Amino acid sequence: MSTYKTFLAIMERDLKVMSRNLGDFFLRIGVQPLLFAFIFGYVLPTIGSIPRSFSTLVLPGILAVSTMAAGVQGTAMPLAWDFGATKEIQDRLMAPISIRLVMIEKIIMGMFEAWLAAAFVFPVAYLIMWENLNLHLESLPLLILLLVLGGLVSATLGMVLGTIVEPMRFSMMFATVIVPMIFLGATYYPWAGLSKIPWLQYLVLLNPLVYLSEGYRGQLTPQIPHMAPEYAILGIVVSIVILMAVATREFEKRAIS
Amino acid sequence: MAEPIIQVHDLKKTYYARGGHYIEAVAGISFDVGRREIFGLLGPNGAGKSTTIGMLTTTVRITDGRASIAGIDLGLDPISVKKKIAVVPQGINLDRSLTARENLIYHAKYFGMPKEEREARAQELLELMALSKRASDYPSDFSGGMARRLQIARALMHNPEVLFLDEATTGLDPQSRLMIWHKIRDLNDSGQTIFLTTHHMEEADQLCDRVAIMDKGKILTMDTPARLKKATPGGNVVDLKTLDHSEDLPNWLKAEVPGLDRVESENNTHRLFLDRPEEALANIVEVTRKHNVKLQSVQLHPVTLEDVFVHMTGRALRE
Repeated sequence: MSTYKTFLAIMERDLKVMSRNLGDFFLRIGVQPLLFAFIFGYVLPTIGSIPRSFSTLVLPGILAVSTMAAGVQGTAMPLAWDFGATKEIQDRLMAPISIRLVMIEKIIMGMFEAWLAAAFVFPVAYLIMWENLNLHLESLPLLILLLVLGGLVSATLGMVLGTIVEPMRFSMMFATVIVPMIFLGATYYPWAGLSKIPWLQYLVLLNPLVYLSEGYRGQLTPQIPHMAPEYAILGIVVSIVILMAVATREFEKRAIS
Repeated sequence: MAEPIIQVHDLKKTYYARGGHYIEAVAGISFDVGRREIFGLLGPNGAGKSTTIGMLTTTVRITDGRASIAGIDLGLDPISVKKKIAVVPQGINLDRSLTARENLIYHAKYFGMPKEEREARAQELLELMALSKRASDYPSDFSGGMARRLQIARALMHNPEVLFLDEATTGLDPQSRLMIWHKIRDLNDSGQTIFLTTHHMEEADQLCDRVAIMDKGKILTMDTPARLKKATPGGNVVDLKTLDHSEDLPNWLKAEVPGLDRVESENNTHRLFLDRPEEALANIVEVTRKHNVKLQSVQLHPVTLEDVFVHMTGRALRE
């Protein structure tokens, strides 16, 4: 009972801090999907650089990238602040609760951000690129399951990166981890298309974003070649399990010396 | 000693260093701290004081040995221990995203304290630490001394049985340091058990009921400051400087000043070794007057914990 109270209080603290920076929050989760939708769904098709059908191809990718970026940032950034030079997370680590639950709380907060970012993509896409979109909802429950798991895998990845990477090396992390992940995440092309470069097709299977993009593709644009949903979900679940194990180890290493 | 609240037996911490070797930060220490006591670990930087506090407050894993707080074993049930203790670490670790008052309120919420109680307690502690006027400000605008006071207030929010203070006054100006000392004494007077570390010998001397002198991971000696000083050979010293040279002064002093161990003389300067220099001072002056020796200066150098440390280690205890 007291564990539950402590957990909620820690979450309330994070929500309070977030509510104080709502402007930042919406900029963080909003600008990226807006820009993606604008460029790929409006600018490029309108000037004729890409066919109009490309908008349909890229929408699941935009959704996946937005989820991933928001989840990673939503977890890793506050963690960098909390575990930074001032170690202000200490007051929560000293709270009468297992430190694993302090970590879980951070992951849940990152997951909320990822969900909100994903939810934000739909109206944006509809407003900006609706005339180019050709969506067929395959299964709503599966789409929701993918969104839920997508938020979790992003936040867990954020926890791993936030605990492994020193805050001052975050910009390096974005260049060497996040950007390659996005470009090699089956976001702008279906994974099946990589069959012409087999080594790459198998290598990118290490990237959790591939499963997310392909999973969304299967539920939103089933007419485009996509990975079978069961494989996509399996890929995400396996990623969550591995990332969670690493995150737990690294977080404890940070919290207890 | 009153009933022990902290019990430490052969506690060790070994770190694995990058070069592939082990560093023994704490090399097997044992002690008890009684309820309502102010207990201090005194030693230079790197002596193992913070590691010891870390182990006693669940943030450093114990390599070997046993420690318990209020009868709860730290290795077995760290979460229950966390309810009994509070820590003010060396650095300022206040929540910069919350105001001063919110820092206190949220801390109490983490400990499940009901609303009315935590509001009242926050108010009371803000007043106690002279921070009520700044309650709505963010800690990043606070001076070092204020931030430290807010940290102490926050630590006290959940009524801990033991308050741990790690180098509580390091980096503070003398005025803020005195204020913190004053608060620490007040807290102790109201029954708070306090465990502190310091490399400031005057702080240990002024505040602590008992002091353990620590160096290189080991406790060298442990007692009340008065007894530690008393046990240090060399004793207390009075330096006497006269205007004129007097060959006989050392002999007169030896004959007429009770408690004088010996005198070392060089020209007009005489160093007197005594048990209780404060009490002998009047006597010494009286002897010089009686024999018409004109004094230029008299200086009293009581033994400090610094001398105790130097005696134990052969090294100075520097700030």
